[in-house]
Order: sequence, then structure tokens, then C-alpha cells
Amino acid sequence: MTRSDARPARRWRALLLSGLFTALVVLLSFGMGRYPIAPGEVMRILWQIVSGQFDVATASEAARVLYYIRLPRIILAALTGVALAGAGTLFQGMFRNPLVSPDVLGVSSGAALGAAIGILMPMGGTIQLWAFASGVAAVALTYGIARATRGQSVVMLVLAGMVVSAFFSAALSFLKYVADPYEQLPTIVFWLMGGFHRASWQAVGSLLLTVIPGAVLLLLTSWKLNILSLGDEEALSLGVNVRVLRPLLIAAATLMVAGAVSVTGTISWVGLVVPHIARMLAGADHDRSMPVAMLFGAGFMLLMDDLARSLTTAEIPVGILTSAIGAPFFGYLLITGRREAWR
Amino acid sequence: MAITAESVRFGYRGTEVIRGASFAVPEGAITCLLGRNGSGKTTLIRLVNGILRPQSGSIRIGDLDVLQSPRPAVARQVAFVPQEHQGVFPYGVEELVVMGRNPHLGLIARPGAADREAARAAMETVGIAHLAERDYMEISGGERQLVLIARALTQETPYLLMDEPTSHLDFTNQHAIMSIVRRITRERGVGVLVAMHDPNLALAFADRVIMLREGRVFRAGPAAEVMTPENLQTLYEMPIDVVGLPDGRRLILTEER
Repeated sequence: MTRSDARPARRWRALLLSGLFTALVVLLSFGMGRYPIAPGEVMRILWQIVSGQFDVATASEAARVLYYIRLPRIILAALTGVALAGAGTLFQGMFRNPLVSPDVLGVSSGAALGAAIGILMPMGGTIQLWAFASGVAAVALTYGIARATRGQSVVMLVLAGMVVSAFFSAALSFLKYVADPYEQLPTIVFWLMGGFHRASWQAVGSLLLTVIPGAVLLLLTSWKLNILSLGDEEALSLGVNVRVLRPLLIAAATLMVAGAVSVTGTISWVGLVVPHIARMLAGADHDRSMPVAMLFGAGFMLLMDDLARSLTTAEIPVGILTSAIGAPFFGYLLITGRREAWR
Repeated sequence: MAITAESVRFGYRGTEVIRGASFAVPEGAITCLLGRNGSGKTTLIRLVNGILRPQSGSIRIGDLDVLQSPRPAVARQVAFVPQEHQGVFPYGVEELVVMGRNPHLGLIARPGAADREAARAAMETVGIAHLAERDYMEISGGERQLVLIARALTQETPYLLMDEPTSHLDFTNQHAIMSIVRRITRERGVGVLVAMHDPNLALAFADRVIMLREGRVFRAGPAAEVMTPENLQTLYEMPIDVVGLPDGRRLILTEER
């Protein structure tokens, strides 16, 4: 076999590997938890749901646990993984920087402040709505500041993102300071730690609306991301309209991430680590690494949530786990990883 | 057909860099852009490429008005070879070369068999077909420059812009690269505008020369007519001799011995 055949083969191998991993984790997730359900039983109930035989009135307890609790939670975690890994891959490529995560333009700090506002102020609107709107507003502010500097380079965007993140974090600290320490402050702190315990079919519905269109756009344009990753001058010379494509992709990624973190709270490291793993599996070409990142991100997020709800009797906030496991795992990859990661 | 610029003016934040430049770059020839650091060579190339917009004046590539045309249309007329490519991702050589097909592909399209064939043909042309599966970051500086030229050829444009494409290369590679560029102009009729620092290299390879001084075209024309000691002395602001050898070659010398 010549090496020119190796690249497409590698693409399918990487997709297959991450697909198998995610499928395995999904099956595992259905059965695991405080109310264990045997794999055979899981299959039977899933078939009931898929074939339309599921009926609340007559359903068994296991079927109801699966339908109302596990299934929405699994979908939520998977979609969050897709959003974070997809946006991370996009931003690392677009900003030509291995240290970039989906938070780089301020979406997480924005969502956190919005959630705190939603918790503190009886102004109406759900916490989720406040978090989403504030996350999007933070990125819009970042983009506006970068535009106002007339800076041509993407460095301006990253710097503006730091400015906005710092400001929103300060505002969040202020809100924590003035919050009622017995009722509101714990709510804010737990929201910030992130978790999928807020999963419901309603949350899944809103996440489908924000994550799926963005994910589709990112997948469709993933080859163009290669060209964006060459830097503005070369991308323009190769006929990419950077000034249209870049804000379009940033908007898509922002909707995805804001949609996810407005339900789940802050979840760090996934959007930073998974794109690196995807590149190690699939290679540098974003056309290959983007789908692998999304698929693997879904499985990784789900596995973290499985651990979060089964390691101890009380649920551990998943944001703690993603950092506690993601950070050393990333260190391990840096030491043993192949050249495909970064140089 | 030619690239034609008329009374182009451009400045960065109040400092005028290009102060009314008019010139033409014909097809099928190498046009060398000479001038000192800060004379506006790079700016001029970026203006022709449509990456910068002049404050006044016009730039046309054949019938195409660069200022009024969408990016892909410009990129189908003119390709750009940077001084060097600062890669972040370890793309394979062929992966990088096939990116030259981008202006011919829509927003969600991927390169197909025909596009990869074009990339392979371009790699054959510059003699790097054997590097196709190598990692861009693993090959030598000279080979990297050939990859960037192959990528530009894959764009299949009638014009090529090069910004000091040889300034990072050793003596041998400088000549190898320029020989390949000359062959492309002869065989394919491509018009090349190349900014260059070494006047001897220009003397060896230029068909035409544009001398840029303080943002203005100071002299322009066939290399043989323009590359005189007087013009070079004014351009580089130092004493310069042009020596003719018996076999017809010429050499630019400075005072040092």
C-alpha cells in the first residue's frame, strides 16, 4: 500500500474508533446509576420508545427512569460534548493557537454572569435564558471591541476576548459578593461547577436548536478551516472571504457553546483537550479532525458525566471532573503524544 | 492582457506608503520589483492581490477590477507566494498544495479527484512529487518554497505574485527557485511580479524591472534598459557598478573589494 492510500484509510479508522468509543459509552450510560438497568432491559425499553410502544401509564419503573431521566441526560451530555469539542476545534484552527478553548471569546464568563443575574434578580426569564443571552452578548462585545481597534489580525480578537472575560468575571465576583450567602450564593457556585442534573426533554429541545445547526455548519465548512488556519493573508490570497466566513463561524460556535453552557453551567477542559485528541487520531486536516472531535467529544463528555453520577453516592459536579481528569490526561498526551498534536 | 495599476495611493494611518504608482505586469514574463526596505514593495504586492484597498487609483487584472471583485474571482486571476509559510498545523505537502484549488470550489465543497490531479501536476512541474505524503514541517526550506509555488500553480491563475520568495534560501536554492519560475513563465505564459532584494538575481532572471523609491515608481521597463549603474545608484543610494563580462553576463558590484 502506498502512503497516498494511508490518509483516507486513517480518516475512516479514526471515525470508526471514536464512533465505537462513543457508542460503547452511550450503552454503558443507559445502564449505570443509582437505579441500575440490565443491558437487555435497556435494549427492550429503547425498542419500545423507538417503535412508539412507550406509554407512560403502563410503563415499568425502569422504562420511566430511562425515558425521563437517563435518555435526556445522555442526549444533553452528548450534545454538550459536540458543542465544546466542535467549537474548540474551530477556534484552535481559526486562531492558529493550541491553547485556545471555546471560552476564548468570553462565552463562558458571559454565560456565568448571566446565570448569576438570573439567580439574583427576580426580573423574569429563566436562568438558562439569561445565561444564553449573556454568553452571546459577551462574544458580540468581544467582536465589537476587536473591530473598533481596526486590528487586522486574529490576535486582536483573542485580546478583546481576554478584556471581556476579565470584565464579566469581575461583575460576577461582585454579584457573588452581594448575593445572599445562605440561599443565592450556593446556587451560583453550584451552577458554575457545571452538571447535567438539570437535564429534561425541554433542555434537550433548546439544545438541539442551538447545537445541531452550528455543528452542521462546522462540519460542512471544515475543509475551509484548513485554509483559515493558514493565516489571513494566505487565506485571502486563496480566495476565502475571511471577513464573512470568520464571523459566520464564530457566530455558529457561540450559539452552540452558549446553548450548552446555559443549561449545564461552566464545563472546562473538554473544548481544549478533545480537539488535540482528535488531531492525534485523525491528523491535522480539519476535514478529518472536526467530525472525529465532535464524535469523540460526545463520548468523552458522557463518560465524565457517568463518573460524576456514579463515583460517589452524591453527584459530583461534572466541571470538577473534566478538569481533574482532563488536565492530567492532557499532560500525559503531551508527553507521549505523536507529532500530530502540535509543535 | 496584463496587470495594470494606475495612480495607486495607499497609506497606513496617515503615513503614505504608495504615492501614486502606475505600472504594468505583462503575461509570460518575470517582472522584478526592486527597492530598499520600506520603499513599499510588499504593500504594492498586497494592493495588487486585493488584500489592501488603495485610497485612490485603480488596479485591473486583465478585464477584472480588483477593487470591485469578490475574493474568489481575484484568486482565480492571481496567486500569491509568501516569503515563507508559518505553519501551525503539520499538514501534508499534498494537503497544502491542494488548498490552491479553493477559489474554484464552493463554500462547502471539498477537493475532488480532478483537484487532486491538478495538485499532483503542479507538484510534478516544480519537481516535488516525491514529497507528496511528507509533512510540510519536516522538509527543507527550499522544498517548502517549492510547495508554496506548487500551491500557487494549483490555483491555475494567469498571474503570480511573489514577495521575496528566495530571501530565506541558500545560493543554490535561490537560483533553482528562480529557474523554475522562469520556466513557468515561458511554458505557461504566466505573468510573474516578484519583489526581490538581490539586484544580481534580478539581473539574471528579470525580463522587466520596476524600481520603487519612496512609494513611487522611479523607473520601469525592460531589465536591460533599466538596470543601469545610474538608476541602481539612485535606487540603493550607494555607489554601484554594473560590469559586463565577455560572454554577455552582467554583474552588479559595490565599492567593497
